[in-house]
Amino acid sequence: HIATSLPLPSERDHLRPRIDLIVFVIDIKSKYSLKNVEASLAYVDANFFLGKVYFLVTGVGRVNCCSVEMNAVCKLGETYCSPVLFCELELEGVRVATAQRLLRTLQICAGLVPGFSALSFSLLMRNSADD
Amino acid sequence: MDEIVAEYIRRTVLKIPRDEIKMMLQKWGFLSEAQLQTLNFHQIKDNISQEVVQLCEENSADIKQAAVLDIIYNHIYQNKRMWSVYQMRKTGEELEYFDLTDFKKKFKRRLRSALKNVTITFREYEDNAIWIRVAWGTPYRQPNQYKPSYVVYHSQTPYVFISASVLKSNLPLLCQALIVASNYHDIREMELRSHSLNSLKDIVFKRYSQNFQTYCPKPLQGKTVEPESVDLRIINENRNEKERIQRLNQEAFGDGPQPILQFAQYKLETMFKSSPELDVLDKKEPFRCLVKFSSPHLLESLKSLAPAGMADAPLSPLLTCIPHKARNYFRIREKKGLFPGSFVSP
Repeated sequence: HIATSLPLPSERDHLRPRIDLIVFVIDIKSKYSLKNVEASLAYVDANFFLGKVYFLVTGVGRVNCCSVEMNAVCKLGETYCSPVLFCELELEGVRVATAQRLLRTLQICAGLVPGFSALSFSLLMRNSADD
Repeated sequence: MDEIVAEYIRRTVLKIPRDEIKMMLQKWGFLSEAQLQTLNFHQIKDNISQEVVQLCEENSADIKQAAVLDIIYNHIYQNKRMWSVYQMRKTGEELEYFDLTDFKKKFKRRLRSALKNVTITFREYEDNAIWIRVAWGTPYRQPNQYKPSYVVYHSQTPYVFISASVLKSNLPLLCQALIVASNYHDIREMELRSHSLNSLKDIVFKRYSQNFQTYCPKPLQGKTVEPESVDLRIINENRNEKERIQRLNQEAFGDGPQPILQFAQYKLETMFKSSPELDVLDKKEPFRCLVKFSSPHLLESLKSLAPAGMADAPLSPLLTCIPHKARNYFRIREKKGLFPGSFVSP
């Protein structure tokens, strides 16, 4: 399901399946994008932040077009205890690789990989990022 | 042949991309087909231009022919220049028959009576466009061929497109000559400028696809707006919103391609409105500010703002009125009277 912001329109509530993973896409080239994500975070139930929320930052290939500071994004990730992934969606190869990563993450968050929970996986992701 | 002419022809040929030189020389028609055959178009441009000058020497070219080559180049590469639009006005409603020879004669006479040293060249094109090239001199100096002004006039319309040279002082004289020659009463500059001459013509001749203020009922529930084939497993949560934006965009911009403009400039002469605590300005005078939007294709990028999620729909009418009002330079003043706000000056 793709949406431009939260909360999701209520008229489709009955059609929506269980949500296993929320990925917030932040476009580094647009301050509006970060603001939108920050505003939408308020509508997310606290349970999701135990490993079911990820931040995906796109546009990192164009350093000279950055409008959003990296610090701001990393701080956001820390505040909400959620991993931050970096990618460049405009490049075919990176896009495919990111999609595969997210699918794997989704499998874990949906409980389809035995031995891994969403929480343990996200801790793994965050710790490796800090190193 | 004059040295000046030779140099000018050489420089003009150097401007042309190598693959197009042959075509342009053929269009020019000054060199015979036999002469063109002797040219080697596979060497470096420097050598090609030297050979062309040689041939022109044989044919004794003068500045008039060189000017025609320049017009041809600028007609094909018209988008390299910045064009402004001027509108002429007649007093009465008489529809006079347009006589091209008469126009040319009056135009030349008017210019030459004021300024002895000018080079004036005319060329007509199929779409009823008359191209005029004017190189300006002074009473004591020969015309500067490297900084000419270009005028494009469609005789059936009151519009003139001018790409002035850097010497702005010759503009009034040029305008005067135009109204005298075309039997109009006066001329004014419109606040409309662009690199794309065709787009300017589209805007003033109303050739772009406009949206008319007809009532567009909301499309039936079953109809999807997304033209691209999307994977059915992806569910768009905000489809209603997307459709609303699409509809508003269509009403504002119409369906067809937009005219190509490079800038929109808004000069604000309004008061700075801040909360009373801030009190930035002691004096209550207008806060002068210039807002400029620039883009290779401004209208198309404005049209994609709302669908891309970068602006709320509907867009400000100040942005969407650009083609209808045929202007991209605006001055916004404070609205005087009961309602505080701003309005666009004519």
